[in-house]
Amino acid sequence: MSELTHLTLAQARDRLVKGETSAVELTRAHIAQVEAKRHLNAFITETPERALAEAEASDARRRQGTAGAMEGLPIGIKDLFCTEGVRTTAASKILDGFVPPYESTVSGNLKTAGAISLGKLNLDEFAMGSSNKTSAFGPAINPWTRRSDPAAKLVPGGSSGGSAAAVAARMVLGATGTDTGGSIRQPAAFCGITGIKPTYGRCSRYGIVAFASSLDQAGPMARTVRDCAIMLGAMAGFDPKDSTSVNLKVPDFEAALTGDIRGLKVGIPREYRPDGLSAEISEVWEKGIAWLKEAGAEPVEINLPHTKYALPTYYIVAPAEASSNLARYDGLRFGQRVPGKSLDEMYAKSRAAGFGPEVRRRILIGTYVLSAGYYDAYYAKAQKVRRLIAEDFRKAFETVDVILTPTAPSPAFGLDENTDDPVTMWLNDVFTIPTSLAGLPGLSLPAGLSSDGLPLGLQLIGRPFDEETVFKVAGVMESAAGFDVSPEGV
Amino acid sequence: MSLDISAVRAIATLARIELGEEELAPLAGELSNILNFVEHLSEVNTDGIEPMSSVADLSLPMRADLVTDGDIAEQILANAPEAAEGFFTVPKVVE
Amino acid sequence: MAYLIEGETGTWEIVIGLEVHAQVISNAKLFSGAATTFGAEPNSQVSFVDAGFPGMLPVINAVCVSQAVRTGLGLKAKINLTSVFARKNYFYADLPQGYQISQYDKPIVGEGELILDLADGSTRTVGIERLHLEQDAGKSIHDMHPTKSFIDLNRSGVALMEIVSKPDLRSPEEAGLYLTKLRSILRYLGTCDGNMQEGSMRCDANVSVRPVGSTELRTRCEIKNVNSIRFVQQAIEYEARRHVEVYESGGEIRQETRLFDSGRVETRSMRSKEHAHDYRYFPDPDLLPLVIEQAFVDEIKAGLPELPDEKKARFMAEYGLNAYDAGVLVAEKISAEFFETVAKGRDPKLACNWVMGDFFAALNASGKTIEEPPVTAANLGAMIDLITDGTLSGRLAKDVFALMVETGKAPGVLVEERGLKQVTDTGAIEAAIDAVIAANPDKVQQVRDGKTTLLGWFVGQVMKATQGKANPALVNELLAKKVQG
Repeated sequence: MSELTHLTLAQARDRLVKGETSAVELTRAHIAQVEAKRHLNAFITETPERALAEAEASDARRRQGTAGAMEGLPIGIKDLFCTEGVRTTAASKILDGFVPPYESTVSGNLKTAGAISLGKLNLDEFAMGSSNKTSAFGPAINPWTRRSDPAAKLVPGGSSGGSAAAVAARMVLGATGTDTGGSIRQPAAFCGITGIKPTYGRCSRYGIVAFASSLDQAGPMARTVRDCAIMLGAMAGFDPKDSTSVNLKVPDFEAALTGDIRGLKVGIPREYRPDGLSAEISEVWEKGIAWLKEAGAEPVEINLPHTKYALPTYYIVAPAEASSNLARYDGLRFGQRVPGKSLDEMYAKSRAAGFGPEVRRRILIGTYVLSAGYYDAYYAKAQKVRRLIAEDFRKAFETVDVILTPTAPSPAFGLDENTDDPVTMWLNDVFTIPTSLAGLPGLSLPAGLSSDGLPLGLQLIGRPFDEETVFKVAGVMESAAGFDVSPEGV
Repeated sequence: MSLDISAVRAIATLARIELGEEELAPLAGELSNILNFVEHLSEVNTDGIEPMSSVADLSLPMRADLVTDGDIAEQILANAPEAAEGFFTVPKVVE
Repeated sequence: MAYLIEGETGTWEIVIGLEVHAQVISNAKLFSGAATTFGAEPNSQVSFVDAGFPGMLPVINAVCVSQAVRTGLGLKAKINLTSVFARKNYFYADLPQGYQISQYDKPIVGEGELILDLADGSTRTVGIERLHLEQDAGKSIHDMHPTKSFIDLNRSGVALMEIVSKPDLRSPEEAGLYLTKLRSILRYLGTCDGNMQEGSMRCDANVSVRPVGSTELRTRCEIKNVNSIRFVQQAIEYEARRHVEVYESGGEIRQETRLFDSGRVETRSMRSKEHAHDYRYFPDPDLLPLVIEQAFVDEIKAGLPELPDEKKARFMAEYGLNAYDAGVLVAEKISAEFFETVAKGRDPKLACNWVMGDFFAALNASGKTIEEPPVTAANLGAMIDLITDGTLSGRLAKDVFALMVETGKAPGVLVEERGLKQVTDTGAIEAAIDAVIAANPDKVQQVRDGKTTLLGWFVGQVMKATQGKANPALVNELLAKKVQG
């Protein structure tokens, strides 16, 4: 293990700027770590040769004085982003052999900023899952283990589980994630790293394999708040190729980390304290509130009355959109085809063979809730409740500047747990989904360890396009938490 | 709301996913559970509420009417499981 | 004249509604930057968006929106300032996304109207239900391989306007008139070229029948994708008779999609479309509501050309044409322009007669289009001037016209070259008359005895003697004087 892999993204950047290391050196060190931690199955596709070639080009650019904001920094790309000339799978068999002839805007932006991609990271199939267990390439493994049972493998969370595991295991300085209902924040919490889902429209969705278009949003995952701020700055921006991308100037997120949160009002939603919330989660939340108070912010109890309807709303809206978004995987123009006597038989066989059980289940539910006679009762109803949920937040933000909640109701669970019932699995996202439905920015940062030695995350939620306040508050909490532990063996 | 086997079969046909007979009953159970779970929404009074299909509080941006794309037949066909003479090919469709 | 079907049990009327898919004239597709031109190499006008590749997103073409608004205004329809794109979900080989982006409950254009010009010169107003924008699908070709269908996505994503009429049409003839008029309006507006052969205008017909006097709407059948006006009429005629036969034999009509077989002149059920259609429309989350400003609509409105109905009314008022002639002349903008060039500063009725008569006959015979007319409007106008100033008689004019068609030369040149100028010199005509009188004293006597019908014979002789160039009016006048004394 190299000392270089223990730098944060910001530290590595600063060393590169000072000429104390090179992109090639950094890349070599991280490639070695990727190889050393291969048992975590964080990568679906490793691209070391490409990365080294890019690193050399990056060092050349730096010598010419044309370094970008992410120049020479090794990162990983969630395998949901299409990457030109590099196999893209969405962790599904149905995309077998698919090599995109185009690059997603976000991964392209990172490239333009000088970042070096080490490859494509594991995820739940089509980003549908909270454990990474639905990946057709086998689950990524959480580098963290329980003190009580170090041998038991734990999930890294999902869907951006490979991204979280790779960042936590120091294989990359940062990684892209996507978040539809918590897919950046929940794995960040499970793996003891920081991740932010920005406001819907902040990052372009062009070239990202779609799950639920009205919810999907890309964001960075890294080890510190500053790292996320740097990386989001490089990822974000208006894209005329995405009609839902917002034409706003990207602020200097790093500059928002002033450390001064005096007078800020922090909302503490009553509804996020359900009966049966684990004591450990409650405690870490209380600690977070205390840190903010000490720093001069003012906690304010708020109500988000429709919170408990967020999960059912999400599990109508997201599968409905997914059922339509995934119709293009038909074995005709790309991916896997299973022959059939007729066109319909070819479709049905290809899709049955290509999609795993969770994806199939969601397509079926989505198909059902949109079908004639059920649309109003399910889909239209959910879209109405969604407005009520968004309204709850809008009202809350009339009085508070940011909202603090736990990220997930539990720490990382075992690879063999929570397998019986899909609905139980979905409860993982109970604190992250409302934010997604409302399109708001949400950041998760590690706030402490459970009694069994597992990271616990807290979530900060901001006003639309006010990631700066979220980063500012997160920076203060990060300092207060002093979370400087690494997983065993890293 | 619970779904029976024939309902599951009909949905799967609509979604073009082949299911084995043995898969139908367990799926009917799972899907019914999900429907029961989402049915809590019926408790919410949504009279007079407009459905929210996007959080983006914007109107649709437009592009200029310029030919900026195409002429990439080779790339379009490059990933095709089956193609011939510049076309994608599928089992014959009979009208 | 009502079109009715005499059945065994009574008399039936037909209820017809038409859905026309009109390809929008634009350079690029509705949601991508690929070209729209017809007849390109397979899959050469396809972007990754049109081929439904992973992660690809639609961005709407501004011109397609303004073309839809323009068409709506041309149909005197309500323009909806906010409209919504929805996905229509179904699987088909030439539908790459697995859904068609269309508009469902919030189309860009609402109710409007279209005026039918009936054969007797009267008009009838037909309601337009709506117009919406949607993507075209690709093309499946079934005859290139024994066991495979070939897919070309060049059309995939091309903008279409679906224009839906109210069920106001009552006969195959009216359906034909509706399509003719709609095509005319679209071509005037420049929003669709109306070419049914190339598929840029396609028609689905919804047909049902009911006993005369009833106001119920019975089960309708949809006849898909009929590609000529004549076929639409034949399909409706066949389908309506089929319905009557089914009802009269005690059967029921099932709502279904049918295909017209132009070879057999019959419709048949499309079994492939039989199993449960469930399009699962929902607002496309990749697209936000389409919001346009009233000022944008007003600007388009201010730039609208004079449309066929207004032009027809003006031709009747300004030129004194009858409804039929005016209707024929305005059907195509270019023929109306041709007429107006010919008629400018001249006798409009004379101009109309020449355009509608000899000119259209020559046009048909030549097999050319009016874009390359057999006789230019300027030459035809100049020829009419020669008639008006007496240089040409009607008869000579017909000769000159034929020569113009043959040679493309200006009428003045032809008159000079061939000496076709009408003789109005009284002396020359008198000399010719005198010669005929001198040669036929017996016939002169007969006329003088009261057999005035013989005068016609004299006219003929004089014209013959002058090679047809004598002014017929003068000949008549002088003959009357000289023969009758």
